[in-house]
Amino acid sequence: MKIAVTSTGRTLDSQVDPRFGRAACFIIIDTETMDFNVVENESVAAAGGAGISSAKVVIDAGVGAVLTGNCGPNAQRTLSTAGIKLYTGATGTVAEAVELFKSGNLTEAAGPNVKPHFGMDK
Amino acid sequence: MPDDFIIAIASGKGGTGKTTIATNLAHYASGLGKKVQYLDCDVEEPNGHIFLKPKIEKTWKVTVDVPEVDLKKCTGCGKCGEICQYSAIICIKENVLTFEQLCHSCGGCMRVCPTDAIKSRPLCIGDIEFGKAGDVDFVHGKLCIGNVRTPSLIKEVKKHIKKEHLTIIDVPPGTSCPVVEAVKGADFVLLVTEPTPFGLNDLKLAVDLVRKMNLPFAVVINRYGLGNDDVEKYCRAESIDICLKLPDDRRIAEAYSSGQMIVDVLNEYGKEFSELYEYTKSVKAGIDDKRRLRVWRKNNS
Repeated sequence: MKIAVTSTGRTLDSQVDPRFGRAACFIIIDTETMDFNVVENESVAAAGGAGISSAKVVIDAGVGAVLTGNCGPNAQRTLSTAGIKLYTGATGTVAEAVELFKSGNLTEAAGPNVKPHFGMDK
Repeated sequence: MPDDFIIAIASGKGGTGKTTIATNLAHYASGLGKKVQYLDCDVEEPNGHIFLKPKIEKTWKVTVDVPEVDLKKCTGCGKCGEICQYSAIICIKENVLTFEQLCHSCGGCMRVCPTDAIKSRPLCIGDIEFGKAGDVDFVHGKLCIGNVRTPSLIKEVKKHIKKEHLTIIDVPPGTSCPVVEAVKGADFVLLVTEPTPFGLNDLKLAVDLVRKMNLPFAVVINRYGLGNDDVEKYCRAESIDICLKLPDDRRIAEAYSSGQMIVDVLNEYGKEFSELYEYTKSVKAGIDDKRRLRVWRKNNS
């Protein structure tokens, strides 16, 4: 399964970025082969609507799930419309988050876990 | 006569006394028999009404257009989402999501839609209330809670500027879009500050803004005597007029806290507002002279 993990850096050893919309980049990874590619997030410094445009990026990448720290209502609504599963509360490195996901130890988010603009001051 | 003259009262820093200056100047000029209009453009938290105590006679709802999608007509081409610069509309497979609070009402999505599936729908962003405060014509905007279309509402409030009036605009604090919208088109800007490092820092930002917009301006120092003289030094160095220094007087704060106007309860400050009013008159005379000179040069060249 292809999933997206918000990341502070370009490797699997990078820390998970706690922000979805304003994550530094997205690591798009195949959970079977652990092959991955990095998509820079052009919405990092957007004036507004970062969550929605970030959701569009991962939707276009064709992922089935997103692992991140926090996700606001606009991004959550966009992801769920596309049928993408959302897992919030991910911490540690990207590789660790993927392992937790594979072992079924991440719980799917029932909704947004933060308010809009959560990532603005981080 | 400063009839037909628009003064915007801005500050940069919040809480420096914009509303105190604006309401007292309006009240004072009206007392001289002038036709005065007061517009509270601080629509996120208007408070001029607390001091002017207008009798509201009319309320208008202000709406903006936001998109509404007819999914039966939509082909899922995604052009609406591509043109939107604010992610207010996005096409996902056969679904189109709209985020009305992000929309800037440009109408782009409706124009690019090849199947005419997007129609506009009015979204209420706030109210404009009209009334009379004594002889002062009173107008203020009140933005709906949770709404972010501040400049749109300010623009609507300013459509009610009357001709042949001295119009006093109470501007929101800061130096961002709502401030630009509120000071736009003013004949003159008064920048209210306080003699503190915070006051000076934000004054500099406000000066940058009005200079970029080519608006004539002067500075009012409120709570004069507090802090230090750095604001005065800055104004001297930049050749900026300081047209009023209102002292740091506890009685002014007490009057403010009970919703009273300085010119009503502290007679000795009538002189300050008289001087401020005379100053704005002289500014208007200067501006009119320049206009006349321009017209004369044009006709004689």
